[in-house]
Amino acid sequence: MLTKRLIACLDVRDGKLAKSVKFVDTKDIGDPVAKAREYYDDGLDELVFYDITASSDERRIMLDVVEAVAAEVFIPLSVGGGVRTVADATDLRLAGAEKINVNSAAVQRPGLIDECAHALGNQNVVLSMDVLCVEASAAVPSGYEIVINGGRLRTGRDALAWALEGVKRGAGELVVNSIDADGTRDGYELALTRLLSEAVRVPVIASGGAGRPAHLVEALTEGAADAVLVASMVHFGDYRCSELKQALADAGLPMRMRW
Amino acid sequence: MPETVIVDYDAGNLRSVQRACAEVGLAAEISADPARLRRADRIIFPGVGQAGSAMATLNRTGLADALRERLGEGVPVLGICLGLQISLDHSEEGDTPTLGLVAGETRRFQFDDPSLKVPHMGWNTLSLRQLHPVLEDLHEDDAFYFVHSYYTAPQDPAVVLAEVTYEQPFCCALGKDNYVGVQFHTEKSGRAGLALLARFAAWDGVFKAAAGEASRAH
Repeated sequence: MLTKRLIACLDVRDGKLAKSVKFVDTKDIGDPVAKAREYYDDGLDELVFYDITASSDERRIMLDVVEAVAAEVFIPLSVGGGVRTVADATDLRLAGAEKINVNSAAVQRPGLIDECAHALGNQNVVLSMDVLCVEASAAVPSGYEIVINGGRLRTGRDALAWALEGVKRGAGELVVNSIDADGTRDGYELALTRLLSEAVRVPVIASGGAGRPAHLVEALTEGAADAVLVASMVHFGDYRCSELKQALADAGLPMRMRW
Repeated sequence: MPETVIVDYDAGNLRSVQRACAEVGLAAEISADPARLRRADRIIFPGVGQAGSAMATLNRTGLADALRERLGEGVPVLGICLGLQISLDHSEEGDTPTLGLVAGETRRFQFDDPSLKVPHMGWNTLSLRQLHPVLEDLHEDDAFYFVHSYYTAPQDPAVVLAEVTYEQPFCCALGKDNYVGVQFHTEKSGRAGLALLARFAAWDGVFKAAAGEASRAH
């Protein structure tokens, strides 16, 4: 039986691992690798790196991190942040990322999705969407609006319409990140997750807001998500990956429990 | 010194496979050179991407002929994902004639349940159909990582080594003589996947299918 996936997200800012540990030394990029290894050993199903920054120096650091992780972690790696061209995507692929996440740049230039899907295959292109709950309007009939540039710029674009367009252009998977829920630890935005998951035929990953194992269960049942993405929950040591997977299995969800 | 070659035919990121091989002590070289393939004594044939463009590259470069030759000479070959799919006669993807190492075809998923997602993406467990040296010692809870929108339908059930269920059971590992192909990404399937690669690294290429198809020429 196809299992649900537990995905951990590591944010890398200015070459440093953000959220997870409070390190100050930019050269200390061994740490994301150690974290990745720890999660892999503890049964994580998939790993995502987001690079919040984008200068060429930082891109190099990101490539080094991906390369180091890919050398010792044998589960799917997904990388995003600052992917603007097929060349960016290809560099990350060569460094060892299976999947490439596109976000803001795809909203600004939707053809990027087509180009990446053509170059890498649909299944390797993930459309990551940052979504804000708004009042429904003619422009945003679903009541969910796409926001870009790390949550700073509202686009006036409807999230449901964008998800459908993204899939049509070749995205093989969606990450649905709720800005309202992000960081609250009050649970995922279930209505949004379900709306998008039922609208598309590609897998949907719920992201933003997880604080307790019950939230993960909700996202995979009520939210109809195929996978759940966690960050703070595991980075701060509140929960172990294996513990979260056990909680999901105990709730009756199919999980990979042997690793 | 045994030489393992990972066939490079512009079909996806081969370094993941190379890294996983290194992890189990198998030094493998990535090569697009048919002459190099002809000297290999173990071959890994991975791939993601589109069947049509993959076959065009294999035929144009002479890699397809070199691969057939080595198969005929008994060299162990492991196909992964697209490398499995194009071992059959035909693929529905782009209506493409494929290598024809094993009788049958590759079909697009068509589900009765419209809510089922395509691709079949994620970790899934196998149901073993017969013993094979490369699939020995599997635990029933060992899951492997799948990402695909097409599946293989071999003509002769005797070549099917394992099935996986996604609405319906379908073939996800097949074996014929010295060729073994898997639909899942063994290089991305954690320790279960690495163990499979280690067994392939140790395999002498000898396998007799339960019955049937064994006599079909390469």
